[in-house]
Amino acid sequence: MGQQLTMSETGWKLGDMAATREAYGKALKELGDKNPNVVVLDADLSGSTQTKHFAKAHPDRFFNMGIAEMNMIGTAAGLARMGKIPFASSFAMFAAGRAWEFVRNSVAHNHLNVKVCATHAGLTVGEDGASHQIIEDVAIMRVIPTMTVIVPADAIEAYQAIYAIAEYDGPVYARLGRAKVPVVFDENYRFEIGKAATLVEGGDVSLIACGVMVYRAIEAAKELEKQGIRAEVINMATIKPLDNAAIIKTASKTGRVITLEEHNVIGGLGDAVASVLAEEHNSNVIFKRMGIEDKFGQSGDGMALLDHYGLAVSDIVAEATRQCKA
Amino acid sequence: MTDFKQVKEKANEIRINSLKMVHAANSGHPGGSLSIADILASLYFGGHLKHNPKDPEDPNRDILVQSKGHASPALYSCLGLAGFFPIEDTMSFRQLGSRFQGHIDRMRVPGVEISTGSLGHGLSNSVGIALAAKLDNHPRKIFTILSDGELQEGSNWEAAMSAAQFKLSNLIAFVDRNRIQLDGWTEETMGLNPLPDKFKAFNWEVIEINGHNLEEIDQALTKAAALGTGEKPIMIIANTIKGKGVSFMEDQVAWHGVAPKDADLANALKELV
Repeated sequence: MGQQLTMSETGWKLGDMAATREAYGKALKELGDKNPNVVVLDADLSGSTQTKHFAKAHPDRFFNMGIAEMNMIGTAAGLARMGKIPFASSFAMFAAGRAWEFVRNSVAHNHLNVKVCATHAGLTVGEDGASHQIIEDVAIMRVIPTMTVIVPADAIEAYQAIYAIAEYDGPVYARLGRAKVPVVFDENYRFEIGKAATLVEGGDVSLIACGVMVYRAIEAAKELEKQGIRAEVINMATIKPLDNAAIIKTASKTGRVITLEEHNVIGGLGDAVASVLAEEHNSNVIFKRMGIEDKFGQSGDGMALLDHYGLAVSDIVAEATRQCKA
Repeated sequence: MTDFKQVKEKANEIRINSLKMVHAANSGHPGGSLSIADILASLYFGGHLKHNPKDPEDPNRDILVQSKGHASPALYSCLGLAGFFPIEDTMSFRQLGSRFQGHIDRMRVPGVEISTGSLGHGLSNSVGIALAAKLDNHPRKIFTILSDGELQEGSNWEAAMSAAQFKLSNLIAFVDRNRIQLDGWTEETMGLNPLPDKFKAFNWEVIEINGHNLEEIDQALTKAAALGTGEKPIMIIANTIKGKGVSFMEDQVAWHGVAPKDADLANALKELV
């Protein structure tokens, strides 16, 4: 966009409960106010994805494409070709899943500046059940050449990330959630694409997390401290390009790494970190990917589902303790 | 007044160069390149598509999206003839390092607006480009060339719905209705008829023509431009012949995606002199 756009105070405080999709809706509406080239497409879910706020403020630049995600992404590509900055939103199952080949060929292969901002990702979509709980989207988006993949941890980070990707020229996939999750950053935090953030310093075990699992990693670190184990918590909001240096640094420090994500253990953050450790790290690191163990989800409360599928704070504590005894 | 003699000559040159490219590469799609040569020549040399080879991104230009990206030889030949690059360069078609990729690639070839190849994308891309023109109050026209077999991809019908919903009368699409796809006749593979009725039912203006009659193409484009003040997107169903212009290729499924041998090329060029 040429110049740094000034963000507003979001009003969210540490510990507040807010969904990353709420932050998306807020940031998007503001970007629409500030830049006439920002356009938004949705697939009949604007009330859910929160693009409704942009739609209300800028009806001429909002396109409801109906329940037709392939065409939504293909149309976004055409708008980007003519210099617009399209944000295309639906549930992640459809924006990333149904429309994958349009993201790959219409957007990425055409080098077009489309932001695919997908909400309701992961298990925490909750009661809708397995058909809607995409646990594969990070995997299928990050394998597309030139794609940037971002998974914000909370509303503050999501808000800042949406500003950041609007400034960035290139295709982006942003993974956003339905559920309200605790705010872990304060307003002084500054998100940067490709930069990890250390939330808790520690020397015994590294918890590298993204999305809703960042809060759980912080809670686990508190529990571990009571046992005398000092966990380092790293927020890895950008899955691609990955902050390799941050991974090497913390792994060198602790020698123990646990990755945490609301995603299949295959193809997500864990695999990305494992690749860095295997290729670029010389010493032996004790390593565990914690995520969904290649299973479909089911209906239920989102947070209860995380517990059910092995991502409870107690599960993280148990794994970290096991590693520290090893 | 359209110079039909020139358009006819250019169409012939597009055919000749397309066959030479596919022959040189020993792979590619001759049949569907020959069937759209008259449409491309009418757009670029009949005065219907504003373009500027000196500035491919000229803000005043019209836009062509060739959705049938496998017919890349025809588009590359047309753009070469229009002066976007030396046409001799196209003989590197499909070779490692060539900018003339097997399927159309905008990042490598000036004058190409959108990379295509995977069928079913171009009409959606065109909807986005047409929406952008409406937002900017830009008077440009957006042309799209679809194959008929391509319409079996469901995304086209999503795009067709949206073009009508958004009243994109600046969008003028062609279907290259050559009735043949890779495995055989379209109506035997997965029938498209009644095709004009389908687009009428989707709230498009439909014009049906002989896609090899230059006067009919010219009239259809003139009519389509006049319809730009209306509220409907325009579909020109161009009844064509796959392999048009080379007797032994015409209406032959076998020439969808097979390169001519030396003797085939020599025989074809005799007919295209």
